[in-house]
Formats: sequence, C-alpha cells, structure tokens
Amino acid sequence: MLKFTEDHEWLRADGDEIVVGITAHASEQLGDVVFIELPEEGREVEAGEEIVVIESVKAASDITAPVAGTITAVNSALADSPGAVNDDAMTAWFFRIKPTDASMMDGFMDEAAYQALIG
Amino acid sequence: MTEDLRRTPLYDLHLALGARMVPFAGWEMPVQYPMGVMGEHLHTRSAAGLFDVSHMGQVILRGPDVAARLETLVPADIVGLPEGRQRYGLFTTPQGGVLDDLMIANKGDHLLLVVNAGCADQDIAHLRTLDGVTVEPVADRALLALQGPGAEGALARLLPDMPPMKFMDVCDVSFQGRDLWISRSGYTGEDGFEISIPADAAITVAQALLAMEEVAPIGLGARDSLRLEAGLPLYGHDMDRTVTPAQAALGWSIPKVRRTGGARAGGFPGDDVILPELGRATRARRGLRPEGRAPVREGAPLFADAQGGEPIGTVSSGGFGPSVGGPVAMAILPVDLPEGATVYAELRGKRLPARIAPMPFVTQTYKR
Repeated sequence: MLKFTEDHEWLRADGDEIVVGITAHASEQLGDVVFIELPEEGREVEAGEEIVVIESVKAASDITAPVAGTITAVNSALADSPGAVNDDAMTAWFFRIKPTDASMMDGFMDEAAYQALIG
Repeated sequence: MTEDLRRTPLYDLHLALGARMVPFAGWEMPVQYPMGVMGEHLHTRSAAGLFDVSHMGQVILRGPDVAARLETLVPADIVGLPEGRQRYGLFTTPQGGVLDDLMIANKGDHLLLVVNAGCADQDIAHLRTLDGVTVEPVADRALLALQGPGAEGALARLLPDMPPMKFMDVCDVSFQGRDLWISRSGYTGEDGFEISIPADAAITVAQALLAMEEVAPIGLGARDSLRLEAGLPLYGHDMDRTVTPAQAALGWSIPKVRRTGGARAGGFPGDDVILPELGRATRARRGLRPEGRAPVREGAPLFADAQGGEPIGTVSSGGFGPSVGGPVAMAILPVDLPEGATVYAELRGKRLPARIAPMPFVTQTYKR
C-alpha cells in the first residue's frame, strides 16, 4: 500500500512498519541533492518532527516524521550517494518507522489524490 | 505578483527551453533548465554554457576626458586603458565601501560599462553627477555570456570574421548585418565571451549557438555555483557599502597609478579610507572548505573554536561546488588566520569544521 503526504513524502506499508521517502515531484523541485542527514535508529519521534535534513544545490529543506513512532532503520547509503534521490526517488528510501498506532496510515492520500494535488 | 518584473529579449526562448523562471533583481530570469543546476555547472566546465545576462546594465559614456572623469568615481586605471581592452573596477562610497562592481571597456569614441542589475538605476544616477559626461543606458540590447572550454570554437563557427581576442579584449563583429559587441570575459572562471546583441536579433543568435552540440543553456543557479568555485565575489553578498575594497580582497583592482604615490593617486570617493588600508587590512575575504558534504550557506556564523566564543565572521556566499565535489564558501575573516587553519561554521545548532583555503577553488582558464 502506497500513500502520500502533503509534504511530498511517499509512505509504503511493510509489515508493521512504514518506509518513507520523497516523491519524484519533490526531488525535481529540490534539484540536485548533495547532502542528506538522517535520524538515529531507535529514536522516538513525534508526527511533524523534522528528522531529515536534505540539502540540494539550491537550498536546505526538512523532512518531517509523517506519524509518531520509532525509527527502526535508516538508508545510510544515501549519505554517500545523495544523488540517488534524483535518480529514482521511489527507491531511495530515507527511513523506516514503526508507528505507535498502526491505523495512522489511513489518513494519507492515495496516488490519485496526490497526483491531483501536484497537478 | 510578477507583473512588475522585467523580461529580457530571450524570455520566450527560456520558456520554450523549459526554464524555471524566478524573480531576480527586478527581472524574471531562468534559474535552471531541465538539465538541472549540477548538470549545467559541469557542462559549462567541460563544454560550453550559454547564459542570459541581459538583466545586467549596459551603459555608454561619452564626452571629452570621459576616462579621467570616470576615474573620479572608480579607483581603476581608465585613462591608461587601451582601446579594445576592458577592465574590472569598483564604484566606491565616501565612507570607503563598495557601491557596485563593474566592467569598463574602451571602445575608442566611448566607454562601455556593464553593471549589476540590482544596482543599475543607482549607478546611472551616480554617473550622471559627472560634469561633461553623456550617460546613455543601453535599453535595446540583450547580453549573452558564452562560457567554457568550448566557447571559443562555438563562437568562431558563428562568427568566422571574429578577430583573435585575448582575455579582456573587446571588439565589434557584424552578424547578419547587425553589430555584436563582444568581450572575452565572464564570471565563471572559464574562458569565454560576453556578447551584446540588438534585442530583436538576440533569439536568433542564442538559437544559432544552442544548435551547436557543445552549447547548452545555463541558468542563474549554475552561474552562482560557477562564480563561487572561481572565487569571484558577488555584489550584495560578498561585498557592499559596508565592505572596503581591501576587505573584499579586491585591492588588486586598484593599480599603482591610483594608489598613494602614484601619478593619479586618489581622487575617488573614500580614497582617504581605502588607500591607507591597502595591504594592511586586518580582515579580508577568504575561501573556506567545509569538511564533509553539508553545504554551509550565506549567513552561517563562523567561530574560532568548536565551542563557545563570539563569532569571528559570517559566511557571505556558500554552497555545494559541483566541480570541487564538496561544499565551498567565502567569508570575511581575520587575515592572520593561516591557510589550512580550521574555523567552525554553525549549522542547525552544530559547529562544523571548515578549513581556510586558497581561492579560486578551481583553476581559472582565462586565455591571457
């Protein structure tokens, strides 16, 4: 199941965890990504908390935690090759989060709604 | 929102090329094309990039002794500038700061100036204070920059009659019956040319160059990263009215003849502040190589130590250098810090080490 946030994150349910990345639309808007700072594994985060710093050639931006939960894994390969986000945003995942409430995915947009949002 | 923005003669071409347009100094300008900032930057360094810099102010000055009169505003050797040559200079303030930086070309019966877009109105008013000088803002021409190792070959194919030119030479060349004003210069650290074109011929010239395999359109994003890697300061960021030429590390633009003891020493705004400081400034613009990959951007405070203390400077320009393959920055810092010394940039509450490094960060390839 693939869902999307208004902050242009994609969320993929995988067992009782959610894999999080940014959309191709977001990566195009950011431009060439040159630096990514990921959260520590095991960190407990609140929904909306800024947990990833993503720097492109143009500007710095933040990625927020889509839901409250615990960070179970991060894609540390992105630190060495941040350009992977531009090459294929849908496979360049940032982190996995175990939500405190499993129903939290329900409130997000499906792909059709997200496509309508970005026009 | 955008109704007050001015458009260059190349506006329609930018849209056709898929540019992302942004407001810049009162103009609607392309920040990048579909290739992206990184690709455009690297393309310019390896082949040739075409930039629309028509937003910059082109100004013609005429009159008896125009060179000597301009020297009352600009501490450069303009009287000694040979016909067919161009020079970099500064407008200075009575307090010793920098009002703008500019290019000055001797075109024989007149001088041709190129000034920053955001300062053009102010500069023109400033120039109009000169007695006996006619100031003609050039309103009906575009300005293109063609930069990179492929620039010379590309321009030679467009203009087979172009005479041989060295860095900072200027000349007029005819193209389809129209006069192009050409200088061998730019602001990328690469060899290249700036080409002033009658507005109604601008798209034709741009399209003829873009049709060449090695030429790609380049936006303002890459223009900024290219000039940053080349160690070239940007007005309003690396220097302004509060920064003296010596602090901006631009004392080299003030030649011996205008310095204390020279034949035409002083005689420009702020000379009493600017001349005694040359070679004696305690703070000056320095290069920085932040460790790691995180770009350190304009405004980041700099500290001498990893913890505590007061800031010793602020990053004036900074970002990721695609050719360097890492972050680069500039800041005005104490001159007694040796090259290789480590300072600390505060970024998101953390202090990141950055080495003081020589500029340019990449080798300039001007054809002198």
